[in-house]
Amino acid sequence: MIAFNKYYNKFNILSVSLVVVSLLLLTFKGLNFGIDFKGGTLIELRASESKINVSSLRDNLNQMNLGDVSVKKFGNETDFLIKFENNDNKNVIEEIKTNLDKSFGNNFNFRRVENVGPKVSAELLKSGIIAISVALILMLIYIWIRFEWQFSLGAILALFHDVIVTLGLFSLLGLEINLSIIAAVLTIVGYSMNDTVVIFDRVRENLKKYSDIKIFELTNISINETLSRTLITSITTLLALLSIFFFGGEILRGFSLAMIFGVIFGTYSSIYIANTVLVRLRVSQKTVLKEDGNN
Amino acid sequence: MLYFSKLRIIFVTLISLIFILIASSNLFKFSNNLLNKKINLGLDLQGGSYLLLEIDNSPVVEQKLQNLTITIKNYFKEKNIRINNLKISNQELSFTVNNQFKQTVLDEFNDEESNLNPYYPRFKSHQLNIEEKNDLLIVNYSKQGLVELKTSSQDQALEIVRRRIDEIGTNEPNILKRGNDRILVELPGLDDPMRIKSLLGKTANLTFRFVASNTDDSFGTEKLKYEDGSEESVVSKRIILSGDNLLDAQPRMNNETNETVVSFTLDRVGAKRFGKATSTGIGKQLAIVLDGKIISAPVIRDTIASGSGQISGGFTFQSATDLALLLRSGALPAPLNIIEERTVGPDLGQDSINAGMIALAIGFALVILFIFIKYKIFGLITNIALIINLFLLIGILTMFEATLTLPGIAGIILTVGMAVDANVLIFERIKEELKDEKNNLIAFDSGYTKSRTAILDANITTLIAAVILFFMGSGPIKGFSLTLGVGIFTTLFSVYFIARLLTVLYVAKNKQKEGLI
Repeated sequence: MIAFNKYYNKFNILSVSLVVVSLLLLTFKGLNFGIDFKGGTLIELRASESKINVSSLRDNLNQMNLGDVSVKKFGNETDFLIKFENNDNKNVIEEIKTNLDKSFGNNFNFRRVENVGPKVSAELLKSGIIAISVALILMLIYIWIRFEWQFSLGAILALFHDVIVTLGLFSLLGLEINLSIIAAVLTIVGYSMNDTVVIFDRVRENLKKYSDIKIFELTNISINETLSRTLITSITTLLALLSIFFFGGEILRGFSLAMIFGVIFGTYSSIYIANTVLVRLRVSQKTVLKEDGNN
Repeated sequence: MLYFSKLRIIFVTLISLIFILIASSNLFKFSNNLLNKKINLGLDLQGGSYLLLEIDNSPVVEQKLQNLTITIKNYFKEKNIRINNLKISNQELSFTVNNQFKQTVLDEFNDEESNLNPYYPRFKSHQLNIEEKNDLLIVNYSKQGLVELKTSSQDQALEIVRRRIDEIGTNEPNILKRGNDRILVELPGLDDPMRIKSLLGKTANLTFRFVASNTDDSFGTEKLKYEDGSEESVVSKRIILSGDNLLDAQPRMNNETNETVVSFTLDRVGAKRFGKATSTGIGKQLAIVLDGKIISAPVIRDTIASGSGQISGGFTFQSATDLALLLRSGALPAPLNIIEERTVGPDLGQDSINAGMIALAIGFALVILFIFIKYKIFGLITNIALIINLFLLIGILTMFEATLTLPGIAGIILTVGMAVDANVLIFERIKEELKDEKNNLIAFDSGYTKSRTAILDANITTLIAAVILFFMGSGPIKGFSLTLGVGIFTTLFSVYFIARLLTVLYVAKNKQKEGLI
């Protein structure tokens, strides 16, 4: 049996600092919102000649008065991602096409063009925030119906931890937040909850079974009993996600990265946050039996 | 938990076979109609254009208020009440009236039977609101009146947008209402939406009006620019003909001038008016105005009674074709703005499909390998269930002809990763049970029973996330939530029917064997 409970305090301090650092990052550095949430234009280009590079493209586009233009390699040597804020929401794609053709010859394939107006991006951001909030509230309700309040608190704290730290990491690394990241965050919420609930189920079962074991020991027993399941499921999920990350193409990269972070944090938090909350709230056999008595 | 009746075995086998058949209809062609279904590919996979258009209703409101000024004047004239200082600004109509009539006017507007201001009993609201501010009476659209107006202009705009897109002849366009002032257009297979965008961006309001010879035209005049921006002309506000009078419009080559023109045919009313205007106005310039700009202003040389004519204006063949198309399909009730556009080229779509399939194959292979190494014979059982699960998932998506997007493929891969969870929960539980219980059957039975709540919890939490995404997400994200959500049900089926059936069959044969799992 692994003594997870030996490190409860240390990891709690770590988690609290991670959350604090993430919140500081989110407040002061903020998130790198993509055009879905900020509005603007995105163009994915493929050049047929390899001599075209980022700086020549950037120089060319900067002459067009598009405002702040970002040009990046996208995946391989001949693919580029161009982004700029298109404040007046004018259609400049035709102009860009003509301009690039003039400077580089007819060498470009416009693989993807996205243009999101300011009104739509504001709405998308709003509905994204609503979606995550509604998900958290529904999870709260679900867990509140299923378990005693001490368990609910533990599960919810674990959830907030996972969402905040994942977003914090995105802020730290400057990774782009777009619509698919919202989907990833919601899936993380589901996954983290799932992981926590499996361990909690065992904790409750053990609480009913053993009256003489303190919660500090009991959580450790429960974590160990469910450990192989926790690991196997995390591994298979990570195998699937790593496969998307490496082979699923550039478009899914951010999504799968967020999910990979989320699965790792979710597994960690169900052991080191959810359970420690039970310990700190001194949950005992009485907590679960009282509930049964009421029924 | 462990008992399976013969009937149930047949049922499970049948369901699995049916879905394998349906799923494989994506790869093969079946002559049977029931099987001849395919998963639709989203625009991000097959390539195409997604456009979200917003109707700018403010000109419509202005126009309606403009019309209302005459109605109000005439309505109260009959009642011998003089309306003064009618003015429109900020989508409000203001006027003054002699103090003694103020109450009468207010009552007329607030009368539920009034013809002046329609009342919607269903919403307990008038079309228009009226209020007193200082000496002024101010009329504007009520919330419900505005909704009514928006809905009707959306209906009209939708029809015109559909006609214009049909004229271009793109492949299976999808044109839908969104809210009460937006229209969503999905154009599969279209990789350059430039032409459609420019066609949808034009209101196509065509009028024929005389160029004013002197400024004291009784209808008033306005200064308009030419299409090429070169010069301006003063044009009468009196409309002789409008686009509504057009029966047909086609691009033509004028043999005399060797110029591309748009020839048009008028309806009966239009032909009569055109004939009259051309007979009385010989020598005058007739301006052809499109969306507030003069295309051309030819001098009338002869009476045109045939009800057909030509518009020239330095067109290329393409621009003449487009103008003819716009005139045929009619004018939009209000200008449209493109507020969101997402276009994916067909080769990127194909790349995404390939990448998605490779990721699915590799992810699937890794999970299967891992589970087999971990659980041996029971790993094999889990893997068979997992494969059938995949067929069920694809089969259901096919059956409903659902739309598969790139995030949707990610959802399938993720389902593969998470689907083994339920079987892992069961097998780990059985392992624990076997520590105290030597009878395999009893241990397996209680393993299944005791793991059930945890499995339900796990799937309900994921389902909550999927459902929220489905209802709140747009486009590709919806595709992700769909595969994730459907995947939960197919997973539960494959775990509790297929994997359990196979487990039961195996355990029944090896009742006494030790270290079974």
